[in-house]
Amino acid sequence: MTQYRVLPGPEHFLPPAAASMGIYLPNPGEAHINGVIVPEEKAYEEAARQFLMAQVPTIFPGPLVLWAWNEKAAKKAAAVRKLYDILKECVQPGQKPMLIPMPDYRPKYPKINPEVEINPNHPNLTIWHNKIDCCMFIGVHCHQANLSLKIIRGGTSCYTVAMCAQAGHEDAMLSFRDASVEKILKLGEWIRKLKGTVKPRLTTAKTSASN
Amino acid sequence: MSKERIKISPDLYDIMPSDYQDLVQSATYGKEDRGWKDIGTSKELIEQHSLCAGCPESMAFRYILASLPNPEDTVMVGSTGCTSLVFPMVAVHNIHSLFGNQNAIASGLKRALSVRFPDRVKDVVVLAGDGATVDIGLDMTLQAWFRQEKFTTICFDNELYANTGGQESGLMQKGFVAKMAPVGKLFDKVRLPEIARESGCHYVVNCTVSKPSLVEKVIRNSVLIAREIGPTYIQLYTPCILEIGKNSMEGLQEMRDSEKPTERFAYKEYISEPAKQLLAELAAKDKERKAAAKQLAGKA
Ligand SMILES: Cc1ncc(C[n+]2csc(CCOP(=O)(O)OP(=O)(O)O)c2C)c(N)n1
Ligand code: SF4
Ligand SMILES: [Mg+2]
Repeated sequence: MTQYRVLPGPEHFLPPAAASMGIYLPNPGEAHINGVIVPEEKAYEEAARQFLMAQVPTIFPGPLVLWAWNEKAAKKAAAVRKLYDILKECVQPGQKPMLIPMPDYRPKYPKINPEVEINPNHPNLTIWHNKIDCCMFIGVHCHQANLSLKIIRGGTSCYTVAMCAQAGHEDAMLSFRDASVEKILKLGEWIRKLKGTVKPRLTTAKTSASN
Repeated sequence: MSKERIKISPDLYDIMPSDYQDLVQSATYGKEDRGWKDIGTSKELIEQHSLCAGCPESMAFRYILASLPNPEDTVMVGSTGCTSLVFPMVAVHNIHSLFGNQNAIASGLKRALSVRFPDRVKDVVVLAGDGATVDIGLDMTLQAWFRQEKFTTICFDNELYANTGGQESGLMQKGFVAKMAPVGKLFDKVRLPEIARESGCHYVVNCTVSKPSLVEKVIRNSVLIAREIGPTYIQLYTPCILEIGKNSMEGLQEMRDSEKPTERFAYKEYISEPAKQLLAELAAKDKERKAAAKQLAGKA
């Protein structure tokens, strides 16, 4: 049997939970890329590369950082903002970084405005609308993140990164664990370090999330 | 949830959708005298909804949400039906329960909240359709009342199963023919308000939602009595305009017609003796508080 890998989709309508396909979570100090455990350092490099390669690299902050539950949450929010500013500063003309909030998890009906928010129950709408081809989840409770990451893998070709404060996400294509202000900023450093060395996917039709 | 904790992280404030910014800035969480008059001048706790245009359930939702005495510490329990499509747009904690189970869920929830937060007032309010309350959930509804569970049950009585296309419900009128009940109902509308009284509810009201001030009074009373004494039941006529063949603008008139003295939704109220006493005490305190505030304003 070939080993399952967590790759950009569209996989199919109901992709399996990666955990059920034998993908397991990294230990402290590690991360995973496509379901393969790697040293954390390697994941920073790959995440930075994916961001710099994307036409619409996007950060999706969730409720755990959008709302100032405590001082730590507000500090993480500041780090997310910094990361976004770095991303804007490091991309090339034609690339369009975005910062789109997931304020809560209500399955909002009849619709959401995909220009201003993402909802975990139909994240594909925001990804399709903005043609997002690489995104990072941060501050989203694990069960909602897993649901959402699976839907994205099922219906879009977007590359997903999880900056998880707990044990990581099998359902992301790349996942950190134990996210902290330092780790968020370290990713920013890596983006700066790789600035100008990565060729963005600007012209190929496939970049606009082959929905 | 304490309202002091509802703050947006300053560094991400500008990207928050405006409905969240408005909720934090101008919703009436924590306001002592909140009520229907805040509608129009402050952020309502309901965003857009997916009910049919002009559905009186939407009016009922707006008035109820404006009138809850303690929305930041209230958990609402809903059930499947047209109402359940609105809850995702409601900025009050809420739980969707399996159809009919709402009063069982609310019982456990209320008890768990009192154990978890012994020093905080936490209100639980069930809001479900007539099918959920009177038919499939009748067992759970009654058992919660028998056990004297301290929460409010609100029934949106549109006299049929609207969400599934118009089947017969216990609260449907005798002889009524619905889209999926072509024979016509053979027996009378179940007299749930009377059953509620006999089952131990301390405050029971049967009315329409044509008058916001009345809805405010009833909702406030029902929550405050449930908090201190025991179960309360509110049955609100929210006609399904779609099923009775009315236009969007005609819901209000339908309610006015049905609340005339001889009609089935003429205002009916039952208050138990302990509840009467509580309301009198609360009214006296309120009067005192308002007089003190007036005096203070006079001095300033
Ligand atoms: C356990 C269960 N049984 C049946 C249903 C199907 N169902 C969905 S909504 C509904 C009727 C709801 O009627 P009511 O409670 O009066 O609410 P309304 O839609 O009229 O507001 C039914 C039977 C369900 N969802 N779950
Ligand atoms: S079907 Fe009836 S009760 Fe349901 S939203 Fe429409 S008008 Fe209201
Ligand atoms: Mg009904």
